[in-house]
Amino acid sequence: MNIAQIPILSITTYLPLAGIVLICCMSGKRHDLIRWTAFLTTVATFVVSLPIYFGFDASTWQMQFVENVPWIERFGINYHMGVDGISMLLVMLTTFLSALAVLSTWSAVKESVKAYMISLLLLEVGMLGVFCALDFFLFYVFWEVMLIPMYFIIGIWGGPRRIYAAVKFFIYTMSGSVLMLVAILSLYFMMHKATGQYTFDILKYHELNLPAGTQFWMFLAFFLAFAIKVPMFPFHTWLPDAHVEAPTAGSVILAGVLLKMGTYGFLRFNLPMFPQATIQFVPFIFCLAVIGIVYGAFVSLAQDDIKKMVAYSSVSHLGYVMLGMFALNVEGIEGSTIQMINHGLSTGALFLIVGMLYERRHTRLISEYGGLMKVMPLFATLFLVVCFSSIGVPGLNGFIGELLILIGAFKASVPFASVAMLGLLLGAVYLLWMYKRVMYGPITNEENRHLKDMTVREIAYLVPILVFIVWIGVAPKTFLNKMHTTVAHLIEQVNADKTLAKTTDYATDHTNN
Amino acid sequence: MQLTIPIINFSAFYSEIVICAFALVILMAQVLAKPSQNSLGYVAFIGVLIALVINVYVPSAMGTQAVESTFSGLWVLDNYSRFFKLIFLVGTGLTILISIKYIKQEAMPPGEYYAMLLMATLGMMIMASGADLMPIFLGIELMSISLYVLTGYARTRLISNEAALKYFLLGSFATGFLLYGIALLYGATGTTRIQGIFAFISQNTNNHHIILIGMALLVIGFGFKLAAVPFHMWTPDVYEGAPAPITAFMSAGPKAAAFAAFLRVFLEALPAMHDQWVMILWWLAVLTMSVGNIIALVQDNIKRMLAYSSIAHAGYVLVGFVAGGQLGTPGILFYMLAYTLMNIGAFAIITYLGGTNEARITVKDYAGLGYQYPIAAVALSLFLFSLAGIPPTAGFMGKFYLFSAAIDAGYLGLAIIGVLNSVVSVYFYLKVTVSLYMKSPEMQSTPGNVASLPAVFAPMLMVAVLISACGVLGLGILPEKYITLVQSSQLMLP
Repeated sequence: MNIAQIPILSITTYLPLAGIVLICCMSGKRHDLIRWTAFLTTVATFVVSLPIYFGFDASTWQMQFVENVPWIERFGINYHMGVDGISMLLVMLTTFLSALAVLSTWSAVKESVKAYMISLLLLEVGMLGVFCALDFFLFYVFWEVMLIPMYFIIGIWGGPRRIYAAVKFFIYTMSGSVLMLVAILSLYFMMHKATGQYTFDILKYHELNLPAGTQFWMFLAFFLAFAIKVPMFPFHTWLPDAHVEAPTAGSVILAGVLLKMGTYGFLRFNLPMFPQATIQFVPFIFCLAVIGIVYGAFVSLAQDDIKKMVAYSSVSHLGYVMLGMFALNVEGIEGSTIQMINHGLSTGALFLIVGMLYERRHTRLISEYGGLMKVMPLFATLFLVVCFSSIGVPGLNGFIGELLILIGAFKASVPFASVAMLGLLLGAVYLLWMYKRVMYGPITNEENRHLKDMTVREIAYLVPILVFIVWIGVAPKTFLNKMHTTVAHLIEQVNADKTLAKTTDYATDHTNN
Repeated sequence: MQLTIPIINFSAFYSEIVICAFALVILMAQVLAKPSQNSLGYVAFIGVLIALVINVYVPSAMGTQAVESTFSGLWVLDNYSRFFKLIFLVGTGLTILISIKYIKQEAMPPGEYYAMLLMATLGMMIMASGADLMPIFLGIELMSISLYVLTGYARTRLISNEAALKYFLLGSFATGFLLYGIALLYGATGTTRIQGIFAFISQNTNNHHIILIGMALLVIGFGFKLAAVPFHMWTPDVYEGAPAPITAFMSAGPKAAAFAAFLRVFLEALPAMHDQWVMILWWLAVLTMSVGNIIALVQDNIKRMLAYSSIAHAGYVLVGFVAGGQLGTPGILFYMLAYTLMNIGAFAIITYLGGTNEARITVKDYAGLGYQYPIAAVALSLFLFSLAGIPPTAGFMGKFYLFSAAIDAGYLGLAIIGVLNSVVSVYFYLKVTVSLYMKSPEMQSTPGNVASLPAVFAPMLMVAVLISACGVLGLGILPEKYITLVQSSQLMLP
């Protein structure tokens, strides 16, 4: 059997389900057995997903590892999976972070471990499905399915305001996505009118040339769904609640992967399907992105809760991703894609670190800490590296992403890019100031005097992230090369339409003259 | 004068004969044989099963385009009616499974209960197969009167009696409207035969005032039966008061039956008035969805909440009615099947968790039950997520079908109102899961009293839950063959 014929994407996506079945058969009291099963399942998923990375052919923008079988033929719904240079990296990020997330809650979650691990694994299925799906219907199913486990993770194992946060998260996300469903269905019937076939195949929609007016409304509907997920200012209000209340693994997955589903949605749907509307919307998105960057940074500055600060910093960081993406040039989009990965790694790591502190002291208030450097030297070092990565210090991953995004943004618009620079500065301020208050100075709180430094398990889940933080920082080419052709093709798709529009403009000018 | 007796084609109503015979046998057995509490339930279930098999495979397999007609055109057996009968029989069968333990635990006489249940089913089947306004009316009455009795079947419970009386009074009032409508149509067209009314209207194109008034009265009459806003007032009280298995039964089958007759009359007899009734139904759909969902938000009693939710679901189905076209009617058929499975499944769990005398009934009482009864809680969550329209469940597939029909027919606004309504509905469905999993038993409203109340284990009820759960997931993940079936079960428009 040819290696290309093994349905590697489906195997990766559904492998966690096998773990769920196993865990279902176990007694709920055997916590360690359940934890190990869940962890080994996620590790196995990561291992199985490795061939996707190594077997990926970076020289083509075509979808790879494609699986396409009819599902509901009467509606033209296919089970269509495949990855390109962008989604492949996100799939890898998902399998990687899921394994670490399971490891991170070993001791944090002590109640209903069984249900918790089942939720985490189900969540992984949903996320992988979203990144692999190439059929609208399939995509929507995964997109919604993923809400349920996340809702339970926040709602059952979360902090004091967990119920409010969980319900808010669910309803916010859902209100965006149902409008996307209406847009998908409208497109479906437009497709039928234009070509005579009923299909939900996403790739076919990339070739559908829609009239500008339609593009505008469709863009808006998809924009709403994805902007809520990203979240862009002013749709971000669910995020601080969900992040702060979620247990550590929940926050890691939420920040690391779930938010990327929004930005991925823009890349996969809005840009190639509605190129004219994309160009129309650039100033609007730039505006919201820059507001998000600066606003997120200022609000982070004002937080006295570390987790809340990290949550708001996500609003700021995702603002960069959006800024780079809508610069619509190679630097911008590549920067924004690599920044998605970076944000997943560094913010994921920050949440893990907050989790470690919380497990020791059961508080997240900055004022409760101080002088931890003396008692936890190893922790202090790794924490600093992660902070640097998030700030964008050269040599680490954040720098590469932000640099590329800003190059792209400056090419597109100098004023917006200049304001965005402010966010960079503020980013350094709030992170380092927090670091200073937590780690330096005298030990003000007696309880902090006997804190244990990192355990082996904690090292085991933080170090792999650090490896990638440095790797992307030092040799970004490894990853940029993988997506280069895809990004170039994407820009072609957007610009093909722009040049087309321009030539028609010239033509009309000509006739007018 | 010579009386000609029309040739009766018995093969067009075998399954009705079975249901009727079983109902009568059960009634007699209760008096004469004094059977054990449970046995009548199993007898009724076997009757439903036989009728179901006949309905699907005899005279020819369902899906093939055979149409049988008899009683000189009063009665028709087409795929459309057969699909609806499938829904009714599934609903009744599941209800019987839920009832077996309940009847025993509440010490209710089983004979009349199952006989009435089967009679109501017979009424619904007549509604689906009636090709004339008279048998349709007959079916509605047979169904309604049985339901009035069943609603008040918990004789010792005050709330049950109150519900029955309310239902009876309002129901008869609504029947009056329906009968008036039929009378006016008869007066204007000279016939009660659906084909006849259609033929008359298409031949005489002028002066349809009386027909229009008749049509409006029919909308009121049917609107009452399917609990469309503003004719929904009876629903919450009746659903709350009726014994839980009867609420399950009422929320699914009779509603589907009302739609079956409603659609047949309006699409086959009154297509000429399409512009007028579609406008009325558009508003009816919007009101029904929105009012149902919004009022459900503030309900504490879970039966009452699901009553409002069932109102809202009638609204979604009306969206499909308004849309019509290639997707509308099949969408309705699909949705009613999905709705029957998920709603009866939810009520089955409510019956189970309710305990003796349905003591555990508010959302607050469910606090922490997710850990006490894990399987029941998972099943209830599945049904509620399906009702909310979250994939990969039957509820999502059904809504997908209905809303795509609306968008295809150009009712974009209606589709948007519909999907936003399902977002609203998510809140109250989630409220139950919040209670089940995210609250501790100490938060129950009357601590000690309800918290320790044991759920009554009922094996047959669990079978019903299992069937519904498999159905909900099956329709959601592999709906292909059902879609083929509903598409071949469309109404054959003249």
